[in-house]
Amino acid sequence: MKIFVLVKEVPDTYGDRKLSLETGLADRSAGDVVLDEITERALEVALSYADKNSDAEVTALTMAPASSTASVRRALAIGAASAVHIADEQLVGADLGLTAEVLAAAIRRGGADLVITGNLSTDGSGGVIPAMLAEHLGYAQATALSTVEITADSVSGTRATDAGSQPVSAPLPAVISITEALPDARFPNFKGIMAAKKKPLEVLSLADLDVSADPAAAPRSIMTAISEKPPRAAGVKIVDEGDAADQLVDFLVQNRLV
Amino acid sequence: MSYPENSILVLVDVDPSGAAAGSTAALIGAASTVGTPVALVVGGSQAAVDAAAAAGASVVLTADADATALTVPIVDALQAAAARVRSDAVLISNSITGRDVAGRFAVRTKSALCVDAIGVSRDDEGIIAHHSVYGGSYLVDAAPTFGTPVITVRQGAVDARGEAVGSPVVEALEVTPSGAPAATAGPVEAVEVASSRPELRGATRVVAGGRGLASKEKFVLVEQLADALGAAVGASRAAVDAGYIPQSHQVGQTGVSVSPQLYVALGISGAIQHRAGMQTSKTIVAINKDADAPIFEVADFGIVGDVFSVVPQLIAALEARKK
Ligand SMILES: Cc1cc2nc3c(=O)[nH]c(=O)nc-3n(C[C@H](O)[C@H](O)[C@H](O)COP(=O)(O)OP(=O)(O)OC[C@H]3O[C@@H](n4cnc5c(N)ncnc54)[C@H](O)[C@@H]3O)c2cc1C
Ligand SMILES: Nc1ncnc2c1ncn2[C@@H]1O[C@H](COP(=O)(O)O)[C@@H](O)[C@H]1O
Repeated sequence: MKIFVLVKEVPDTYGDRKLSLETGLADRSAGDVVLDEITERALEVALSYADKNSDAEVTALTMAPASSTASVRRALAIGAASAVHIADEQLVGADLGLTAEVLAAAIRRGGADLVITGNLSTDGSGGVIPAMLAEHLGYAQATALSTVEITADSVSGTRATDAGSQPVSAPLPAVISITEALPDARFPNFKGIMAAKKKPLEVLSLADLDVSADPAAAPRSIMTAISEKPPRAAGVKIVDEGDAADQLVDFLVQNRLV
Repeated sequence: MSYPENSILVLVDVDPSGAAAGSTAALIGAASTVGTPVALVVGGSQAAVDAAAAAGASVVLTADADATALTVPIVDALQAAAARVRSDAVLISNSITGRDVAGRFAVRTKSALCVDAIGVSRDDEGIIAHHSVYGGSYLVDAAPTFGTPVITVRQGAVDARGEAVGSPVVEALEVTPSGAPAATAGPVEAVEVASSRPELRGATRVVAGGRGLASKEKFVLVEQLADALGAAVGASRAAVDAGYIPQSHQVGQTGVSVSPQLYVALGISGAIQHRAGMQTSKTIVAINKDADAPIFEVADFGIVGDVFSVVPQLIAALEARKK
């Protein structure tokens, strides 16, 4: 079984995340970049299946700037058998539509039986890529899974919906997205890091995938304005000496909050 | 039939009972700020149709759907509706179901997709989506290069409301199934018993608790203060991970984003990922026994103290005021 796990490099949420006020793009010099935690969890779902099923072949797939090789290597060090890194200058500022088209083309080329993604990325917070991929590929999709069971020809699990949770299942091929209820990824050990250096890492361009970034080819979503909100300032801070509750009530009353 | 020139097609989220979801009024409200809302109700009851009209839809399209097939039947119905109405934009709730439908629909119809908008507006060239990015640190506008945009709208973010329509035109849609493979979905089970507390999304007051509450039993204190204030209950990811409360209450980066009038953080350190979901609140109150907790950097009123002594006193004082 061929499993493609979609991993994404994002600005580290622990650091200062900045957008350029000129281009609206993430300012990569502002802070560290990391593999998005949710995509490491997606990788763990694939690897725990591969642990028990020797026919499973796990490929990490990402679309990211050429400078993101370290993140791709991390996915290999955690345990993916191979990686595909789509990097192309024409993809700078790609919207969701172009991103999905490119990722779908790479998955089609690799012939995946199962695609595993995070439910929501911490930078874009789009949460739409998995469904977009399913539509491109003509696969069934099962999103927001908090439990996952993979068999040779199907995938099932519990889907978190806004109203509650529901059991879902789909025959393969399928796209699933997982939530942070699933476990963290295993930590890359020394052996994994060394092995990663020898694993296949394929770098693809748009031309390799036969995808056009031509703005006339399809409607795109573009940024038309951007502004930065001033950071919040701290207000009063008191130390409780027995009357803090009363002082808080006074504050709430003054501000008409009770 | 013909539809208004400036139609905005709105997909109403339908809950498992067939009723219109809580997002409906704001979604149709947002549509009414930029055009004439035309609602689509898929697999909903008469009550859902009535709710769409009450929220401001003058035309309500309806379609049946096989509830055991995930997402695809709704996309098929939306495709049929969009082909008829030829609206200026398609608005969908940024719910889990809504995002799935929006993603598939945008690919199928080759439309530009804008997600998680907190509002929409119109200029000479068409509809613009407004976004709040990186936990509210940036405001970003986006628009399609051409064509009809598909926009998902953040739940609880839009205050505008449409004017109720007394006798809407209700039209049943003919839908040709696309035959796209779909997952099979079972019945939805509610994660928690229905409560009379306000919904977290869109709540005007939120009381949230973190790991500082120390146990599921003691987390009840958060609920008691919430009830004394008429507030919704929120939580940090650490509180959710520890099993104090279901995930649907998580506030932050990977949880719900809220902007209430009042946000009270109890025993929450204020990690950057938590602040990303609440720092746009009008007034923030924090109680934490660590004077250096980062939550104080964004608090309008901070108390360095023990939640187990301050909060019971606070509840008593609030109850005393009500008498
Ligand atoms: C990718 C990613 C996404 C994340 N998304 C989210 C998210 O959506 N939401 C979220 O909340 N977090 C999120 N986190 C986790 C976040 O980094 C923190 O770990 C989390 O918010 C901590 O929760 P907490 O404040 O309850 O716990 P802690 O950081 O452990 O803080 C507990 C606080 O309680 C105080 N305390 C203890 N006892 C008492 C007492 N008796 N009285 C008063 N105060 C007391 C302590 O002083 C401490 O400050 C995310 C992390 C990552 C990496
Ligand atoms: N550029 C990308 N490269 C690889 N995977 C991606 C990319 N963008 C999104 N994804 C995947 O899609 C999931 C949801 O992303 P999003 O729709 O952007 O919130 C992520 O968790 C990833 O698994």
